[in-house]
Amino acid sequence: MNLSRRQFFKVCAAGAGTTSLALLGFSPDAALAEVRAFKLANATETRNTCPYCSVGCGILIYTLGDRSKNAHAEVIHIEGDPDHPVNRGTLCPKGAGLLDFVQSENRLKYPEYRAPNSREWQRITWDDAFTRIARLMKEDRDANFVATNEAGQTVNRWLSTGMLAASASSNETGYLTHKFARSLGMLAFDNQARV
Amino acid sequence: MTNHWVDIKNADLILIMGGNAAEAHPCGFKWVTEAKAYRKARLIVVDPRFTRSAAVADYYAPIRAGSDIAFLAGLINYLLSHDKIHHDYVRSYTDFSFLVKADFGFENGIFTGYDPEKHSYDKASWGYQLGDDGFVLTDPTLQDPRCVYQLMKAHYARYTPEMVSTICGTPQDAFLKVCEMIAETSASDRVMTIMYALGWTQHSQGSQMIRTGAMVQLLLGNIGKPGGGMNALRGHSNIQGLTDLGLLSNLLPGYMTLAGEKEQDFAAYLDKRSPKPLRPGQLSYMQNYPKFFVSTMKAWFGDAATAENNWAYDWLPKLDKTHDILQVFEDMNAGKMNGYICQGFNPLASAPCKIKVSGALSKLKFMVVIDPLATETSEFWQDHGEYNDVDPTKIATEVFRLPSTCFAEEDGSLVSSSRVLQWHWKAANPPGEARADQEIIAGLFLKLRELYAKDGGAFPDPILNLTWRYKQPHFPSPEELAREFNGRALADVTDPKDATKVLVKKGEQLNGFAELRADGSTACGCWIFAGAWSEKGNLMARRDNSDPYGIGQTLDWAWAWPANRRVLYNRASCDPAGKPYDPSRMLVAWDGVNGRWGGSDIPDFKPDSNPTDGMGPFIMNPEGVARFFAVDKMADGPFPEHYEPMESPLANNPMHPDNPLARANPAARVFKGDWDSFGKPDQFPYVATTYRLTEHFHYWTKHCRSSSVIQPEQFVEIGETLAAERGIRSGDHVRVRSNRGHIVAVAVVTKRLRSLSVEGKQVHTVGIPIHWGFMGVARNGYLTNTLTPFVGDANTQTPEFKAFLVNVEKIQTIV
Ligand code: SF4
Repeated sequence: MNLSRRQFFKVCAAGAGTTSLALLGFSPDAALAEVRAFKLANATETRNTCPYCSVGCGILIYTLGDRSKNAHAEVIHIEGDPDHPVNRGTLCPKGAGLLDFVQSENRLKYPEYRAPNSREWQRITWDDAFTRIARLMKEDRDANFVATNEAGQTVNRWLSTGMLAASASSNETGYLTHKFARSLGMLAFDNQARV
Repeated sequence: MTNHWVDIKNADLILIMGGNAAEAHPCGFKWVTEAKAYRKARLIVVDPRFTRSAAVADYYAPIRAGSDIAFLAGLINYLLSHDKIHHDYVRSYTDFSFLVKADFGFENGIFTGYDPEKHSYDKASWGYQLGDDGFVLTDPTLQDPRCVYQLMKAHYARYTPEMVSTICGTPQDAFLKVCEMIAETSASDRVMTIMYALGWTQHSQGSQMIRTGAMVQLLLGNIGKPGGGMNALRGHSNIQGLTDLGLLSNLLPGYMTLAGEKEQDFAAYLDKRSPKPLRPGQLSYMQNYPKFFVSTMKAWFGDAATAENNWAYDWLPKLDKTHDILQVFEDMNAGKMNGYICQGFNPLASAPCKIKVSGALSKLKFMVVIDPLATETSEFWQDHGEYNDVDPTKIATEVFRLPSTCFAEEDGSLVSSSRVLQWHWKAANPPGEARADQEIIAGLFLKLRELYAKDGGAFPDPILNLTWRYKQPHFPSPEELAREFNGRALADVTDPKDATKVLVKKGEQLNGFAELRADGSTACGCWIFAGAWSEKGNLMARRDNSDPYGIGQTLDWAWAWPANRRVLYNRASCDPAGKPYDPSRMLVAWDGVNGRWGGSDIPDFKPDSNPTDGMGPFIMNPEGVARFFAVDKMADGPFPEHYEPMESPLANNPMHPDNPLARANPAARVFKGDWDSFGKPDQFPYVATTYRLTEHFHYWTKHCRSSSVIQPEQFVEIGETLAAERGIRSGDHVRVRSNRGHIVAVAVVTKRLRSLSVEGKQVHTVGIPIHWGFMGVARNGYLTNTLTPFVGDANTQTPEFKAFLVNVEKIQTIV
């Protein structure tokens, strides 16, 4: 096979999100000719987009391993997607540093709770978090839901709890979040578009 | 963007104003470079700072922050008085000839209908003269003094080059040079694009700044053309998508609007939003509103939304007013709110006037933060020394912090500024117990629904009946959600012209919004996204980057809303007879042989409308044409007018020096208690403006090592004249104060910020990058919104971060 690395990826990709060279059992001639195997040759490539600004640059994320069951797919490298018509392989300093966002020491790992007047966080379980938050929300909604206004008009709104939605979250998350908020009758609901 | 990133390469002239793409959107700015290199395009930058966009411009003109309307109004005056407009375009495609009501007027800076008590307008007089047939009266000779052209000409004649220079501080020759360069694009074969961003939106008159820019583009005939348009460079990666999906207080998906509480009658609600054509032969596409609305309600409430219950109209909350982020913090601060959920949003850092936001959050009973990172907001209650000086023991708010995934750990689509929905794929698992956002929302919702099913409670119907057809209820998959917002047929959808012809079979995914029906036979969560995931599959995941026409359209790369169209209003790139104004850059054209429109783009038009039928290209407007006169669509006037920023170095508006009501935007969003929080120029003499740096993204990348290494510490930029006056040298620590608080930062003394002569006095500008805070791996710093004023644009309520007042002083260097 005489393929350049880019052609090779194109052939393997065929519209799928990921490719694994190791999985397919061969790699481009150029890489084989290297004295030391190309580091990313054993990595899995996944297509993604930069979550920062609205240029929406295409990126390639490289993870260790081939996605087999017990392999921990650690992100080891991120670079611009050369096939992307807008960024054509380039990234700005923010996008070029995306690996450090994925691996930031300030990534949250567990649900946490801060009690009234407390100085600290305590770790809680997801189930505990959902149950307690849902109770607080229901208590507030049941107490403050406005079915009709003073003029007797049907308004079915809940103003005493609000929500800010994330404009770096996906459309799929945003859509679900909108359904969720409106079904509860929320109006104090916004995203970063205004700021 | 009306156009898209790659299309910038088709421009002959690029105006960057109210933005700084070279630093804030670097990989998009490359298309400016491409246009310069291969098309010999020229670049003009108008900005208070000599930015890196300015550094590669062919011409740079300085301007005082917040005075952009005066500059652009002067440009309109120049184009009209020098007859540098695209005559064919404005006559055929705009409201030039439309007659305006006799009682509409403008006096001493105020439009008719103003109520100073309410700080707002009654817009009854802001409309057209209508004939008995319901159509707008026009004067094609443009002689009638009430026609839009004549009113506009008179309105902008006041903005002489002298006046522009007085207000903006732009030297007259620089202003005129910009006018001359821009005026050249009134020719049919010359096109200008405008690129803007938060430098236009974050003002108390931001919407009108953008509108003035759009008016310039219409006069020049630059809307709808390749290399043209009004191009908003959105800030976040999916702020476009979240707005498209309607996640704002008053919206529903696809820019539909929630009803006000007075709109109790469902038919009237639909009627108001489905306007009849205002001119003969016009499409007025929004007449399809009922189809969009009913289909969304079917997507949300399924079988529970029926014709009998008006498709569950009553289940949607009805607005008493818009509860935008400023209103919410106002109410929260007044103790009217108990709970708040911040999903991937850090309001302590990004909302104005930190002290007010912090006080407001302290009055909540509970707050929930969903985020991949440890944000400042999640620790608003924690003592972080000088950067967040609070006493936790006095703050009773319960706080939950829930870890979510980041981009690399999830599947899904984001909408870029080009309106292109691009799918991305999960590469790795998240750290620890972090979960995907939709899993977290599902977790909360299912728990709530369980409680309502078991115990009952306030109006449970919409909660119990919300559709939740996900195979794993606790993990609605991105694929399922995307298919849901695309929409599907609930019954066979047939051709309206031939009922025997089935367009989509029951259960199939829809191909586009033309297939939507108002009878409950279709479900579609977001009509403008219809077509993104049809029976053909996930079109957002397409990766064919071929560009057959060579003008960068790549129609098979991902999928753009609406209908995979890449340039909005593209019908206007052709003359009334349907021929491209510039055949060398063809988007669409009328194909008389086949009786259809076609070309390198999806026509933004009725595909079989013969040009001889006279349908206008702006099919979303009931007029069929674009509006210079905004009728009642804007809160602060049908024609943009210059007003000073809420905090201004000038005591009066030079346009209306005798009218204090017309000093700042008479309809800006100000809460009663906030008037005292604004500073005056005697105490705070310098204009401040906030901005972003290439190396950082908002308040996120201070959590990333690489960005924190290359921009480690908070700084402010100060011009050489001001620095000399205040004895400040580069590297000194300075305290920057507004009437709301202070920050301390390292001073960078620079030529990039020059002092301007405004109304005969020297005005200095202080530049304040925003990226630091008290969480992260960069050196801790102050949140810059400690300084900013709590005032919003009259239309969007966007806070005024780009022009406010500060004072600066040198302090002893801290170690
Ligand atoms: S890499 Fe830079 S230019 Fe590209 S999307 Fe990310 S932040 Fe924007």
